[in-house]
Amino acid sequence: METQTINTKDKTTKTTERISGSEAIVRCLIEEDAKIIYGYPGGAIMPVYDELYKYQDKIHHVLTRHEQGATHSAQGYARISGKVGVAIATSGPGATNLITGIADAQIDSTPMVCITGQVFSHLLGSDAFQETDIVGISTPVTKWNCQVTKASDIPTAIAKAFYIAKSGRPGPVLIDITKDAQIEEFDFSYEKCTKVRSYNPVPKTVFSSVEEAARLINSAKKPLIVWGQGVILSEAEEAFKAVVEKAGIPAAWTILGVSAIPTSHPLNVGMVGMHGNYAPNVLTNECDVLIAIGMRFDDRVTGSLSTYAKQAKVIHFEIDPAEVDKNVKTDVAVLGDAKASLELLLPLLDENTHPEWRQKFADLYAIEYEKVIKNDLYPTKEGITMGEVLKEINIQSKGNAAIVSDVGQHQMIACRYAEFNKSKSNITSGGLGTMGFGLPAAIGAKMAAPDREVVSISGDGGYQMTIQELGTIFQQKAAVKVVVLNNDFLGMVRQWQQLFFDKRYASTEMVNPNFVAIAEGYYIKAKKVTKREELADAVAEMMASKEAYFLEVCVEKEDNVFPMIPTGASVSDIRLE
Amino acid sequence: MNTEKQLYTVSIYTENNIGLLNRISAIFQRRHINIESLNISPSEIENVSKFIIVVNMIEEDVKKIIGQIEKQVEVIKAYYHNLDEIIYQISGLFKIKSELLFEERQIQNIIKESNARIVTVNKDFFVLEKSGRKEEIVELYNELSVFGIMQYTRSGLIAVSKEEMKISALLETYNN
Repeated sequence: METQTINTKDKTTKTTERISGSEAIVRCLIEEDAKIIYGYPGGAIMPVYDELYKYQDKIHHVLTRHEQGATHSAQGYARISGKVGVAIATSGPGATNLITGIADAQIDSTPMVCITGQVFSHLLGSDAFQETDIVGISTPVTKWNCQVTKASDIPTAIAKAFYIAKSGRPGPVLIDITKDAQIEEFDFSYEKCTKVRSYNPVPKTVFSSVEEAARLINSAKKPLIVWGQGVILSEAEEAFKAVVEKAGIPAAWTILGVSAIPTSHPLNVGMVGMHGNYAPNVLTNECDVLIAIGMRFDDRVTGSLSTYAKQAKVIHFEIDPAEVDKNVKTDVAVLGDAKASLELLLPLLDENTHPEWRQKFADLYAIEYEKVIKNDLYPTKEGITMGEVLKEINIQSKGNAAIVSDVGQHQMIACRYAEFNKSKSNITSGGLGTMGFGLPAAIGAKMAAPDREVVSISGDGGYQMTIQELGTIFQQKAAVKVVVLNNDFLGMVRQWQQLFFDKRYASTEMVNPNFVAIAEGYYIKAKKVTKREELADAVAEMMASKEAYFLEVCVEKEDNVFPMIPTGASVSDIRLE
Repeated sequence: MNTEKQLYTVSIYTENNIGLLNRISAIFQRRHINIESLNISPSEIENVSKFIIVVNMIEEDVKKIIGQIEKQVEVIKAYYHNLDEIIYQISGLFKIKSELLFEERQIQNIIKESNARIVTVNKDFFVLEKSGRKEEIVELYNELSVFGIMQYTRSGLIAVSKEEMKISALLETYNN
């Protein structure tokens, strides 16, 4: 390898080496500390795989069984570690198979860099074999994307990709690299990107807005905090906890916000939204100051906007200016990084405890416990409930596991009942609601945090959308605990059909295969539970296993998830049955 | 805030990069908003492009669109204005049979009164150019169309704002 030293414009001395574009791609990934990446080879990306072969001691490429699995694994990796996840695919179908995961990462603000191979640049636009306009296709679902047709553009493109993916409100970035750019040789040097001229990722917190927020909070008699993933993404957990505790404010979470403070925290009043807890939903329409932190008032959180918290003054701590006033009008917007803003807020807050207001939450919790929670966790009927499976997992994990859920009834139950002591522990597809997310995301999470217990919880529907990733678990020896809560239905859709379509169960009944045999086909230890008396031992055995373990639990077929805010209803019209 | 639908210009200062038009138009498409006209040109700053997009919307929605546009990495800044807040021009081109110029004396009067400019004349056709407000160009079109127009086209709206747009200052704050 030829090495030479050149003087760049700014007179610093940089070492360059003459290498191929494909080697540069791998070297860039190593520079960005991407130790584990996920992908699937194919024609237009083969030069990169050839380099991955040479650099396998420095970078671990995980062959998933489908490119969608690669994106979800990269997402799981990113969500548990806070680092940028990386997925690689070839052109054409390889690239289009990434789209679901990219869209998921976009709506859930997950930092991810996707690299796709592309046909030779002279063939662009000619309908060449496996050519697709992936830059055009991915544009609406990426934070940024670009196509590279020259090897010399690769280092800056990848550096920019990592910077943009991770900074500010994170998101997915796609870099499409033509095959000739991969083959071409050039003088390589790498410099991390620290700014992009037109891009202002973190608005500076305006102190007067924090003061105004503090004044409102200090004067509030019935304040309510609703926090989201922004607290986790900005690593504001400590500052957030300090704010909650000093001001003594009941705090509720969105599905992506949970685990930022322990679920057992006395001021944690549960989940807001469609299947959230009774008290925070009802009292959203009774609080006098609503403090939203790193959340975006998704329609699944707010229900009908015209009746959402109309009585309250709204304070919105937010990094993305486009989210302010998008759905809910704010009285005070505090733009900026949540951690920076909360640290400024803390000393301005009066100490408070709000005992009467907090009692209201306790009273409503008691009602929800009686009508819903008791029956979910300690059922007296014959069939197993999803809730009691979660209860058993909690007993074994003691709140220390990362729970990766898929999408549907089991997801709502998992998020409602899973106990968390540690941040970045709830990994689920929130905004996009991507069935099939869970299993591959759990693989990524386990590989990023091998010392942590990672439990994947899926329904029988979503599980079969990416079931082939059992092959990845087997090949990688990833010790993921895989739970399928099987009700032989697409349960959430069936629930809606029962409630809103007069029980016309159109295409929601599943005739399922022998899941244990399938897991065993991949040489994964597997067990099926059909009776309550077997459940506790089976969960204990699974959690004690040092290697991957598959547990199918046959649950009550037609259980519904409650509480529930029907579409278009107000949060305070939440139904308990 | 104005709650009536009206014409707004959305002015966007951007980096000059491939794909950005697609990214910006996708923001409108996704929300089912029709673009009335679109013009992209260099701006007063080197290597910075300026989009001028005309939409018929209520102000609250324009504000939200501006937020989504500014969120794009390669967008430097976006503004919106109603037509009273800008100085704007639209250009129209009319291709008309040359013989009409001699057969229909009225056409010569129309050209004079409208302040339209004759761009070219040959034995088959002549081309008229008229710049101004949309209504003026439409009026000229209506007057000429009774005689027959071979081709007609109208440009996108271009505008400068009455208020200052401090793009250079903004770029400097980003760089510091």
